[in-house]
Amino acid sequence: MSEVKSLRVAYGEALVELGKKSDAVVTLEADLGKSTQSIMFGTEFPDRHFEMGIAEQNMASTAAGLALVGKIPFFNTFAIFAAGRAFDQVRNSICVPNLKVRICGSSAGLSDFGDGKTHQMIEDMALMRALPHMTVVCPCDAVEVKKMMACMLDWDGPVYIRINRNDLPVVYPENERYHIGKVTKMRDGADVAVFACGVMTAKALEAAAELEGEGVSVKVLNVGTIKPLDREAIIEHASGVRAIVVAEEHTIIGGLGGAILEALRGVKHAPAEFVGVEDTFGASAENYDILMNHFGLTSDAIVSAVKKTLPA
Amino acid sequence: MENTDVYTRLNRIACQLRENVVRMIGVGKVGHLGGSVSLAEIVATLYFHKMTYDPKNPKHPDRDRFLLSKGHTCPIQYAALIEHGVIPREEIAGLKTLAGMLQGHPDMDYTPGMEAVTGSLGQGLSIACGMALGLRHEKRPSRVYVVMGDGEQAEGQIWEAAMSGARYGLDNLTAFVDRNRVQATGHTKDVFDIPAIEKKWAAFGWNVLEIDGHDVVAVCEAIDTARATKGVPTIIVANTVKGKGVSFAEDTAAFHNVALTQEQYDTALAEVIAAKESFS
Repeated sequence: MSEVKSLRVAYGEALVELGKKSDAVVTLEADLGKSTQSIMFGTEFPDRHFEMGIAEQNMASTAAGLALVGKIPFFNTFAIFAAGRAFDQVRNSICVPNLKVRICGSSAGLSDFGDGKTHQMIEDMALMRALPHMTVVCPCDAVEVKKMMACMLDWDGPVYIRINRNDLPVVYPENERYHIGKVTKMRDGADVAVFACGVMTAKALEAAAELEGEGVSVKVLNVGTIKPLDREAIIEHASGVRAIVVAEEHTIIGGLGGAILEALRGVKHAPAEFVGVEDTFGASAENYDILMNHFGLTSDAIVSAVKKTLPA
Repeated sequence: MENTDVYTRLNRIACQLRENVVRMIGVGKVGHLGGSVSLAEIVATLYFHKMTYDPKNPKHPDRDRFLLSKGHTCPIQYAALIEHGVIPREEIAGLKTLAGMLQGHPDMDYTPGMEAVTGSLGQGLSIACGMALGLRHEKRPSRVYVVMGDGEQAEGQIWEAAMSGARYGLDNLTAFVDRNRVQATGHTKDVFDIPAIEKKWAAFGWNVLEIDGHDVVAVCEAIDTARATKGVPTIIVANTVKGKGVSFAEDTAAFHNVALTQEQYDTALAEVIAAKESFS
């Protein structure tokens, strides 16, 4: 098993780096700074960190106001509140005028395993990618978090940043050139293409290794940017394989799977299967692995999906 | 008291803005008449007297900002920007048309001079707070003016922003409540009564002023008081008449958002022009 690292800590450290580079960077928080790690920025730059109290809607529109006078605000809270509770503010105050606001949806997916349905956000990619102007990123590990964050000063328009709460295996190649919108080939293979993001990328790599032992050659594509999706790259990676599997820590409705098949519309492609949450809410569990296993978000599930989808 | 010529001029401009609004809404096209014209004196006073705003350089970073949290009444802001030459006068004929600049709610893509996107009620005060916070952080002299509706006071986000505006002591922010006492479906007291607005804002830590929103002297003095008040944001509760200046539209929800007949249009235009000519 490879080294594991916290994506939240990587995010907090990256915020501080951005703060050193640009005085325009400011952060807003809704009393979850110890979870999101925006507190690291607040400690370093107290005059540029605004605690907004437990009021996410006001925080989102306030971020819009800050962007309108030239700041680059990062507002931080759990994904459920950023993309859910403040959806209308994100849409109208931020996305319509295409403002340079960075929205950190932390503790996304099922990663807040103990807190159950109300805190587990598995609809956020569907909500956020439906918005015109919005960029949606979902890094797979701490390395990708750092590389993604390094783009946040220059990239125009609003960005939704999906951050997992837990320490995850480090799989993204340190030397890989990163840019927003890029699909990263994590492993080559001839028979099957597995598209994944976030926590599922490492699981897809595990599945590919297992399948190799069974004579199935699987390539793993990390789709760290859900939107804008590199359609040409998706079509290219999907061509020539005999099965396609998309793995995501998200409802199978409207997330990465939907985005991949939208990209493949009008193109003849191999049969496709999704590994994701099947149109239901989350649940509390003792730990992350138990919960992921319960919802079938495992490397075994990817192996099964590949076998099921691969024509005999 | 300032020179009475100033007040006469502001009253005349307010009437001109009403005239622009009536012309914009025109005949047979639906438009938010009542809540636009209730703001005429406040908008005239801000854009033509009290705000630091250079129409030749409407993006100057040190300008004062004006935004309507009650975004549906943007015709009154369009009216002012037309008088300033920021929006071309011929756009009056194209309100809410696909080819025109003037969208149904404030839109920064289409319309010069718009400071924010508003329209989903309750968000403008938060946006204004963010602007005020950022401008103060940059040590800019700019002030931010935002107008809410009285019906809009029911939006929960208003009170989130009320708390954060006070928490951050945003004394470069002045908010107005356009208390015209009528909302989309009737009088606010019948639809959703929100009593003790002044006490609520005071309890949230704001400097509260109450004025007659059609009295330009009172509007000027309140803005001056707000500017002189340090450490807390100011809210000016402006008692106004919905539809002010158009007799058949006054104090009724019937002209919140409705088309005018040719006869109504002619009457409205004659009334606002007559009022304008009385100030000379």
